[in-house]
Amino acid sequence: MRRPRTALLALTLVAVIPGAFVGTQPVTAATAAPTGSITVSAAASLTDVFPVIAAAFQKRFPGTTVSFNFGGSSAIVEQVNAGAPVDVLATASEPTMWKAANAGHTGRPLLFAKNTMAIAMPAGNPAGITGLADLSRSDVLTAVCAVAVPCGTAARDLFATNGISVRPVTFELDVRGVLGKVMADEVDAGIVYVTDVRSAGSAVTSVAIPADRNVTTTYPIATVTDGRNPVTARAFVAYVRYSRSAQGILRAYGFAKPW
Amino acid sequence: MTIAVDASITRGTFTVTVAAELEPGMVVAVLGPNGSGKSTLLRAIAGLQPISAGTIRIDDVVVDDAGHVFAPPQERAIGLVPQDYALFPHLTVRDNVAFGPRSRGAGRRAAADLAEATLARLGISDLTDRKPGQISGGQAQRVALARALATDPAILLLDEPLAALDVESRDAVRAELDIHLSTFAGCTVLVTHDPLDALLLADRVLVIEEGRIVQDGTPADLAHQPATTYVAALMGVTLLRGSAHDGLLSVDGGGVLHIADADVSGRVQCVVRPESVTLHRQEPEGSARNIWPGTVGSLQPSHDRVRVLIDAAPGVVAVVTPAAVAELGLVKGTPIWMSMKAVDLAVYRSPAH
Amino acid sequence: MSSRRISPRPAFLMVPGIIALAFLVLPLLALLWQAPWGDITSIVSSPLALDALRLSLVTSLTATAFATVVGVPLAWLLAREVLPATRLVRALVIVPLLLPPVVSGVMLLSAFGRRGFVGQYLYSAFGIQLPFTTAGVVLAEAFVAMPFLIITLEGAFRSLDRRYEDAAITLGASSWTVFRRVTVPLIAPSLLAGAVLCWARALGEFGATITFAGNLPGVTQTMPLAVYSALESDRSAAIALSVLLLGVCVAVLVALRGYYLKGASA
Repeated sequence: MRRPRTALLALTLVAVIPGAFVGTQPVTAATAAPTGSITVSAAASLTDVFPVIAAAFQKRFPGTTVSFNFGGSSAIVEQVNAGAPVDVLATASEPTMWKAANAGHTGRPLLFAKNTMAIAMPAGNPAGITGLADLSRSDVLTAVCAVAVPCGTAARDLFATNGISVRPVTFELDVRGVLGKVMADEVDAGIVYVTDVRSAGSAVTSVAIPADRNVTTTYPIATVTDGRNPVTARAFVAYVRYSRSAQGILRAYGFAKPW
Repeated sequence: MTIAVDASITRGTFTVTVAAELEPGMVVAVLGPNGSGKSTLLRAIAGLQPISAGTIRIDDVVVDDAGHVFAPPQERAIGLVPQDYALFPHLTVRDNVAFGPRSRGAGRRAAADLAEATLARLGISDLTDRKPGQISGGQAQRVALARALATDPAILLLDEPLAALDVESRDAVRAELDIHLSTFAGCTVLVTHDPLDALLLADRVLVIEEGRIVQDGTPADLAHQPATTYVAALMGVTLLRGSAHDGLLSVDGGGVLHIADADVSGRVQCVVRPESVTLHRQEPEGSARNIWPGTVGSLQPSHDRVRVLIDAAPGVVAVVTPAAVAELGLVKGTPIWMSMKAVDLAVYRSPAH
Repeated sequence: MSSRRISPRPAFLMVPGIIALAFLVLPLLALLWQAPWGDITSIVSSPLALDALRLSLVTSLTATAFATVVGVPLAWLLAREVLPATRLVRALVIVPLLLPPVVSGVMLLSAFGRRGFVGQYLYSAFGIQLPFTTAGVVLAEAFVAMPFLIITLEGAFRSLDRRYEDAAITLGASSWTVFRRVTVPLIAPSLLAGAVLCWARALGEFGATITFAGNLPGVTQTMPLAVYSALESDRSAAIALSVLLLGVCVAVLVALRGYYLKGASA
């Protein structure tokens, strides 16, 4: 299993980073070595996992620094479209990424992770929620994301797929907002990503949603066209998508393979 | 209606201690320099400032005993004319005057009628519908008086009633105030730093210095027998203190003067009126019993006269015309001789304190 | 004749002054320039925009009324230094002014949230939950905006000549009458200035509102939240809503200009 994947990594690196790996030139070509700092705008649901990946990246490519700008996917896409000084963009859904890619603001997006939804409840599950159907109870306060962001689209689709009618008390602007309301015990339930449940630890409990009734979202990552450090940006994109260590970290945080 | 004050009032580190009984139908002026505590006394009578020791009684009823009894201003039958009058700028003159009756329970209509009657009594009905910003200082003074009188107070308190006025209008307003005060049946307490106000308006003057009463008397008492150099200076005379025996006064600080009353002996004070001192370039000859030398200390022009302060034993003040200044060639340091008749020296016993 | 004595305009004040002016005015012009004037009427008359505008006006005015009713008395207590440790109290009052509004939101959750210090009893005893309600929005706005009113009014009470109140007291007025008929009319310009400042801050409140009250159209989604939410999906709608909010503010300033400018310069 290991060998083919390493080979695949090497192959794809050559394919997607032509500037850095022209022909048979070694990865360490002096003119193309990743160095310096980049800024990565990433979906809020990547808040916990991306810094870990960045640490591994920086160890792999000494001399690089990665800093982050986390936010709702739509917000960070708007920022890129408005010319924010960002090198890499990673969103929580393909449609949001296409808003930037179609406008020519990013390179070709690569899908690097997949996520599914879960119901998060405050520790102890005060409202006694056992499944999606409970969210339509009038005494249950539910937080979801605004439809403009991927976790909100996913929540809407989730309710539609399962044929339930939910009246949320708040439409948060990113998934961390939902998680925060759940952890503060201000709502009884929130629709978040399974990865959020995992990163919240014991502060929340959750109910899994059966796979056949669940909604998935895939995460694309791309370089930003006007980025100031394209070499390192391309290296980071490739690293997230193809490196064994980055993908291993994503698995450890509960993200699934998108392919 | 009598006010009996026997109290100490503390504000910060400053204490005012006063014992006095104020009679009805009398205008009592509290005269003193700035910071002497006279306004504090007024505020204590009004109930705006609790006392720290003693009692204040109004008509034998204790209104403040520095302990469990304290009647707030609303329960004391007082009318206050504050310094600068403090007319409510957002209310018309009518509403200003009606404010007291309204606050004491009169109906809107009755209060307005009373206000208009009070304004008519003071002869300022023409101001009824104006705002305080549209009237002169003298008019404001009358409106403030009307406002204070409209509640039919037993005690009228005036804080520097003329200080806000310019010199030109002050005399006319004072004369008018005198008329209104003389028709007021209750106690009037008038706080002022201007001796003219005290002398012209008051029946009795309490002089306060540094929180204590230093003199309590009629305006004539103050003029003839000032208790302190401050009072003497207010009256424009020189106060000498010393010991009298056998028709001679040994003045504290040097000098001996002849006095007319040979029977007086012991500690006395005497007043030297500037008009009774005559100045000469050479040692004069004549009937004056007192002749002594000195030098000119300073010259102070005052209206059409010049006050000459003389360094001598004893030092006195003389008043001369500007022409005399030129004739005698008076400048600071000029050697000069003075003469004064013994009968012009009014000697009296030093006050106990 | 007097035209020779023009007021001096030194360059060291003119240049930075004009930079400051440009800095303040440029974004405003840019917003107007980018506004989707063609679609603006349909955007601002959409139910979402009208709901947000109505909600913003209702909550900001309610918050201002609440702040006035309880804030003016506190300003008076501070000015007269009748509370123990007045300096400490004043510092506490100013805290919400200095804090990031999000932190204010977190603090409000700690106090009035469903598991909050006070909120848990409100919830268990009366079933009252403030987060996610319009009342919660009012609370968040009042918390953040009231210090502006208090500080303005404290200054006014402090500089008020005490002789007016003394005169009223000696005329027999109760302390309530003195306050109502003398003190408040005398500080009216400052009261208006403070209320306008407070209202403007409440109208613009975002961080504490979204943290404490959430973001629900028609219930807690005020104009700033609507603008920010729109920014996630439709930039031109966000700009149109911003123009609408700007219009409301300008209209109020114009209506109040006489009083407000007088009060601000006093």
